[in-house]
Amino acid sequence: MSGAAIAARGAGLVKRFEETTALGGISFEVAAGEIFGFIGPDGAGKSTLFRILATLIIPSAGTAEVLGRNVVTQHWDVRARVGYMPGRFSLYPDLSVEENLTFFASVFGTTIAREYDRIAPIYSQLEPFKERRAGALSGGMKQKLALSCALVHRPELLLLDEPTTGVDAVSRREFWELLAQLKTTGLTIVVSTPYMDEADRCDRIALIDGGKILATDTPASIAGSFGRPLLAVKAKDRYRALLILRTFPHVHTVFPFGEVLHYSDERKDAAPEQVAAEVAEFLRVKGLEGADVHPIAAGIEDSFMERLS
Amino acid sequence: MTALWGLLRKEALHILRDRRTLAVLLLLPVLQVVIFGYAIRTDVEDVRLAIVDPAPDFATLRLRGRLTAAHVFRLITVLRETEPLERLFQTGAVQAALVFEPGFADDLGRGLPARLLVITDTTEPNTGVTIQGHVLSVVQSVMREMPPRAGGVQIVPEARLRFNPTAESKNLFVPGLMAFVLTIISCLMTAITLTREKETGTMEALLVSPLRPWQIIVGKVAPYLLVGFASVIGVIVEARLVFDVPLRGSVPLLLAEGVLFILVSLALGVLISARTDSQRVAMTAALLGTMLPTMILSGFIFPVESMPRVLQYLSNVVPAKWFVIIARGIMLKGVGLAYLWQETLVLFGMALVLLGAAARSFHERLE
Amino acid sequence: MTDGPPVIEVKDLTRTFGSFVAVDHITFEVHPGEVFGFLGANGAGKTTAIRMLTGLLVPSGGQAKVAGHDVYTQSESVKRSIGYMSQRFSLYEDLTVRENAQLYGGIYGLRDAEIRERIGAMLSRLKLEAAADTRVSALPLGWRQKLAFSVALLHRPTIVFLDEPTSGVDPVTRRQFWELIYETARAGTTVLVTTHYMDEAEYCDRISIMVAGRIEALGAPSDLKEQFGVESMDELFVRLARPATGAPAGSAPP
Repeated sequence: MSGAAIAARGAGLVKRFEETTALGGISFEVAAGEIFGFIGPDGAGKSTLFRILATLIIPSAGTAEVLGRNVVTQHWDVRARVGYMPGRFSLYPDLSVEENLTFFASVFGTTIAREYDRIAPIYSQLEPFKERRAGALSGGMKQKLALSCALVHRPELLLLDEPTTGVDAVSRREFWELLAQLKTTGLTIVVSTPYMDEADRCDRIALIDGGKILATDTPASIAGSFGRPLLAVKAKDRYRALLILRTFPHVHTVFPFGEVLHYSDERKDAAPEQVAAEVAEFLRVKGLEGADVHPIAAGIEDSFMERLS
Repeated sequence: MTALWGLLRKEALHILRDRRTLAVLLLLPVLQVVIFGYAIRTDVEDVRLAIVDPAPDFATLRLRGRLTAAHVFRLITVLRETEPLERLFQTGAVQAALVFEPGFADDLGRGLPARLLVITDTTEPNTGVTIQGHVLSVVQSVMREMPPRAGGVQIVPEARLRFNPTAESKNLFVPGLMAFVLTIISCLMTAITLTREKETGTMEALLVSPLRPWQIIVGKVAPYLLVGFASVIGVIVEARLVFDVPLRGSVPLLLAEGVLFILVSLALGVLISARTDSQRVAMTAALLGTMLPTMILSGFIFPVESMPRVLQYLSNVVPAKWFVIIARGIMLKGVGLAYLWQETLVLFGMALVLLGAAARSFHERLE
Repeated sequence: MTDGPPVIEVKDLTRTFGSFVAVDHITFEVHPGEVFGFLGANGAGKTTAIRMLTGLLVPSGGQAKVAGHDVYTQSESVKRSIGYMSQRFSLYEDLTVRENAQLYGGIYGLRDAEIRERIGAMLSRLKLEAAADTRVSALPLGWRQKLAFSVALLHRPTIVFLDEPTSGVDPVTRRQFWELIYETARAGTTVLVTTHYMDEAEYCDRISIMVAGRIEALGAPSDLKEQFGVESMDELFVRLARPATGAPAGSAPP
């Protein structure tokens, strides 16, 4: 991180609304040219944070800078250099794909033709449908259009607030491939998402919940900092296995994770292989035959949940 | 049956807990009683009267005394000739005039008909007809007290409805209708278009662009200015061609005043949209806050002079009221800025204040 | 899974809107006590299919029976036998939890005493007794989803339809919700759930994946992964939705 330019920075950001405190003191740094993800569920404060960075609202306390400019006092400078994609699809449903893009280009004083090479990787997928009304596009296509509109004025930094929410798995995957492509042009990308699996696609992430940051680091480091033995338990009757495991004397948490159950032990320093053997035996004793138990490395979701509870 | 009951109970709870709906529901009947009870009053009061009595004698003086005793009339001035009447009517200083012939008492004594001209300004036909009726009844009661002369004696009132010869309500309506239509277009539609951007989320995208707030407002609102202007023209054309409503005054002046009124309504629309993110709330606020007062308090349908003092004061705050006076003046009385400068100044002042407030209300941020 | 006749029996079910075929001759069964995942991309026909099964939409063709009732001729009986919870709407926000339960209980014909007893049981199971007289709008999202689910079960339906019940909720609450689903299924209520989270697809006993109005995969998650030679549900989904390189399957609009 040292030596790289800082593209965005927040220091002690607080935002209070009438009845709630959306952000309770957020601090972070985003390096230029990286993909930085804010990972957290609904209500974590992601949209509020992004609105502050996009200069749409003013923090109650703390400061933020984007591309070296203060978001409160130099907001017009920030707006000219940042591409913002808000949480809801902020496109005009009754205008066509091309009309939407033309409008956003014109507002920034440019045209589609002039910026074509910048938006081509995405826009080329939309071009066959450029006459279609934006309201008639599928969720995945709307995303791509919104992204094109955010890129058309050649920003230096992209702020994408939950760009993949509500969209099917395939489109989500394609979207992240587009982001990886964009990164190679030197663009800094700041993304928020509730999907834990997308965390691995970022260079660095910040886990956020209830207006606070739980951890900031590379995905690998966060996953690696789990700090206690973690096992994957595969059994035919998953629910029964879950109930039995909860009665194990040293259990910390047991959660379903797709096909398997993730079991974590309260004994932080125990050897994972040892724990696996104990658990397998325990299951056998309780009448659950044929369970497959082995240690695994923690993922982002495991780490997030660990920090939540 | 429990299912239905449960649903009814739920709806009751919703209503009780939504303070805004509750306020409207409780307030509306009260408002209705007040406004309709007081606004629609057929009896007239305090009508401004001018008397022309070239040769006062005992008959004219007695009549004058009785007519002014009943508080139906408020005597503004007594004149010797009819010439100044025109101007008094045009400025609205008087709403009715009684003109006695010279030699009134002599005629009566000799058994000849003594003429009394009753002139009323009936840009509000209801008032005009009622005034006539009142004068008639006073005259008749005075007549009964006089000793009968040989051959019979009559006072024959000759009524001329001055500005609205056929007393047709359409002439009355059209200026008010113009105000109403313009309010819909300029205020309601402006409020809706701005809140629609907020509802769909596109407002965020606009704000974050280099567009300055004034550019956003002008860009969104200018089309409605044009549409409003076109509809002023449309209403005038239709009124002239189809309904034969007179247009005695200056057309350019009417259009200019129309533009002024449109600006006031536009500003109100922007102000309403600044307070809410929801189209539905904007629509309701525009309806209750501008269209209802326009309908009831502007003199569009119900004459303001007949309303209780409180409502008359209130009506001064309604921009449409001033525009209706101006439009009626230009269309039906044929007067110009010389007579309407006060009302124009009021509208101009409203426009400045509201536009200023609207400009400040529209932030370059979300809050 | 318990024994007995299927709770849902669908054969060649079809629904068209004008010339557009939203659901194209789908056939499947759901067994009692099963947790069945009904998956597919937006626009694949899931919502239309569910509307037909919940008695909200009449099919254009084919047969469908829910809880033994024919959806064409017995839609009212269908509605009485099912529970429903969707992401877009769960409970009325300005009513309290108790009032919501009383409303739905009443609608489904439960007597006051029954409602009171079941609300009590529901709240103590969720350990949310304190929330009984709080307005839903004041409760955290995670609690609302669980409460909505419980209210949907108040009248002990044969099968409950869950439409993306865990969207946007934090990962811990999501899993707690799924434990509720398991519990419910073990107690004999059949659960049909749709979701965008592919890992949740793994929690189901069996799943179906709809693409362009047709069912392209049907079976237990592990069997399907083996059948298609993929490691995860995510990959399976991609394989089905985009069979060639990048081109969308079928005639679904992009």
